[in-house]
Amino acid sequence: MDLLRFATAGSVDDGKSTLIGRLLFDSKAIFTDQLESVERTSQQRGDEYTDLSLLTDGLRAEREQGITIDVAYRYFATPRRKFIIADTPGHIQYTRNMVTGASTADLAIVLVDARKGMVEQSRRHAFLVSLLRVPHLVLAVNKMDLVDWSQEVFEGIEKEFSSFATKLDVPDLTVVPISALHGDNIVSRSPNMPWYEGPSLLHHLEHVHIASDRNLVDVRFPVQYVIRPQSLQRTDYRAYAGQVAGGVLKAGDEVMVLPSGFTTRIAGIETADGPVGEAFAPMSVTVRLEDEIDISRGDMICRPHNQPAVAQDIDAMVCWMAETPLAPGQKLAIKHTTRSARALVKELQYRLDVNSLHRDDTATQLGLNDIGRVRLRTTVPLLADEYRRNRQTGGFILIDEATNRTVGAGMITSAS
Amino acid sequence: MTIHEYQLSQLDYLEAEAVHVFREVAAELERPVLLFSGGKDSIVMLRLAEKAFWPAPMPFPVMHVDTGHNFPEVLEFRDRRVAELGVNLVVASVPDAIERGLVAEEPNGSRNRIQTPVLLEAVEKHRFSALFGGARRDEEKARAKERVFSFRDDFGQWDPKNQRPELWNLYNGRIHLGESIRVFPLSNWTELDVWHYIQREEIAVPSIYYAHQREVFERDGMLFANNEFCRPREGETTFVTTVRYRTVGDASLTAAVRSDADTVEKVIEEVAATRLTERGATRGDDRVSEAAMEDRKKEGYF
Repeated sequence: MDLLRFATAGSVDDGKSTLIGRLLFDSKAIFTDQLESVERTSQQRGDEYTDLSLLTDGLRAEREQGITIDVAYRYFATPRRKFIIADTPGHIQYTRNMVTGASTADLAIVLVDARKGMVEQSRRHAFLVSLLRVPHLVLAVNKMDLVDWSQEVFEGIEKEFSSFATKLDVPDLTVVPISALHGDNIVSRSPNMPWYEGPSLLHHLEHVHIASDRNLVDVRFPVQYVIRPQSLQRTDYRAYAGQVAGGVLKAGDEVMVLPSGFTTRIAGIETADGPVGEAFAPMSVTVRLEDEIDISRGDMICRPHNQPAVAQDIDAMVCWMAETPLAPGQKLAIKHTTRSARALVKELQYRLDVNSLHRDDTATQLGLNDIGRVRLRTTVPLLADEYRRNRQTGGFILIDEATNRTVGAGMITSAS
Repeated sequence: MTIHEYQLSQLDYLEAEAVHVFREVAAELERPVLLFSGGKDSIVMLRLAEKAFWPAPMPFPVMHVDTGHNFPEVLEFRDRRVAELGVNLVVASVPDAIERGLVAEEPNGSRNRIQTPVLLEAVEKHRFSALFGGARRDEEKARAKERVFSFRDDFGQWDPKNQRPELWNLYNGRIHLGESIRVFPLSNWTELDVWHYIQREEIAVPSIYYAHQREVFERDGMLFANNEFCRPREGETTFVTTVRYRTVGDASLTAAVRSDADTVEKVIEEVAATRLTERGATRGDDRVSEAAMEDRKKEGYF
């Protein structure tokens, strides 16, 4: 059994909570005591129906205000796959939460209400999905029961969305007409929409091919931790632990260590369970090298003819996540793979209107939830790829050095 | 693992993620400690920590917040496992703290809440900057919102509305002196994943997790063992039946479930079919209110 991580975007009005409730309920991932607790709360509040959003809105403030503030993670499994849902709030003031949920997702479901069709919010969600390079996008056209299961309505929305999606970088788009409330096209194909020939939503989630989404070409192994047992039996043992970020590593491969540029060969790839023949993302392994080279945390093992940039000038799309705005001249801490450095904000090239995709090059700062293109200069070189090439070696976080809070997420567009 | 497809199984994925988290903490934070109760989640954590640093020993001690309300099987298991691994065990004792006047026994006799100050005192005394805990997001709705690296201020408090965003596999472990990070490597595991992992890795767990005969009585629809911490009240009658424990907590308020599952395979079958969450089925401490867990966590609970 493998694992699929997906993010859902949409608001309560689009039926997102009902959809998640339906997926959890139909896969038996909602338990009796959870359901009873939700029913009790719904009754106390005088709701006309059991509000399934109470299942995911776990914080006191969320339950009181009836809104989703933060990303909630939910889990369910079918005989084919285990699923991790990052349930993210839909409104613009929670853009950072959606960015967070999408950063680890293999697939994203964007919900639209069939009666309303594409709205500003749907465009924003699709854009964020493409910005974060989520490989698979599902547009779920919900509330089909309220438009008489109309093929025409569905195809209109599908067409509008597809033409918008061509402006974005969406590698795989699937559009499914559903009714989350009544369960149409959720688990099995709906008899109400015989004209729809595609898969049910769950069938798609179970079968979508994700194995080739990972970068298996460019070998990238950020050194996370140096293992040196201080024991008499293993006095000379020295190995490099980390999580593979790209490519396939094999014993005997010629490799280069950055930033030093030394080359050597992989002597062995090890785990506590014994040696492994090949290592690929996202395996956590330990690599032994043939030659003794000075290597420490933050270095990168790659192939001599396929290296990331060794760069201090970084251009990136940044999603700003703090109340205090980002502006040129600021100094921040940056964490990229296992490497930490300081970064100076040299330039804000533009701020992007996430609804219209208009670039405002007169902007002087990025506020909370703003996204813009930024140029950074780092104190030490980063070993970086373009984010579109590799999400692990192309993504970074920015940290306020005074408060230690994570204040920004960056996706590298070019590094030199 | 099907290597030719370059796709990890769900257990391999979860293990790789947890191992990454352990190494990240060891690399970035100065004085980590692993909270070890002898419960199944912390036993799995111990195995993962062992794997993360192999062939070197894990570079941190383990700590048990001892409520004094223990199942003897669990305490015995704890000591055996610690001896096998050769790690240091720090015990933060609630009975000792009561004697010293740090905390006072609560009217209902539960030590669930008063273990928090004892934990925080030990953290301060040993200057621990990171605490590994076995909490999972599927356990409880407040936990579903918690980060893998959960920041705590110098009072050990969790501020759910002010959490650090967590993107990709980049964790922010930066803290000021006196602050700490609670780290949850099992965040994305479910109860079923834990049992599948126990099966795959052939990990020993205390015998009370498997079906056995026990003298119990019924209270609030739950089955409590008749032992020194928990006696039947008037009108509650004891009887002997076959039970097992799904969770192991304070022995005065952790309930057993009726079960014939006496092997790991049978436990997996049972957990897969159950319609009650493990906390809902067995934990009196979570039944106080809708937000019981959130409130305790804000005060510095695990």
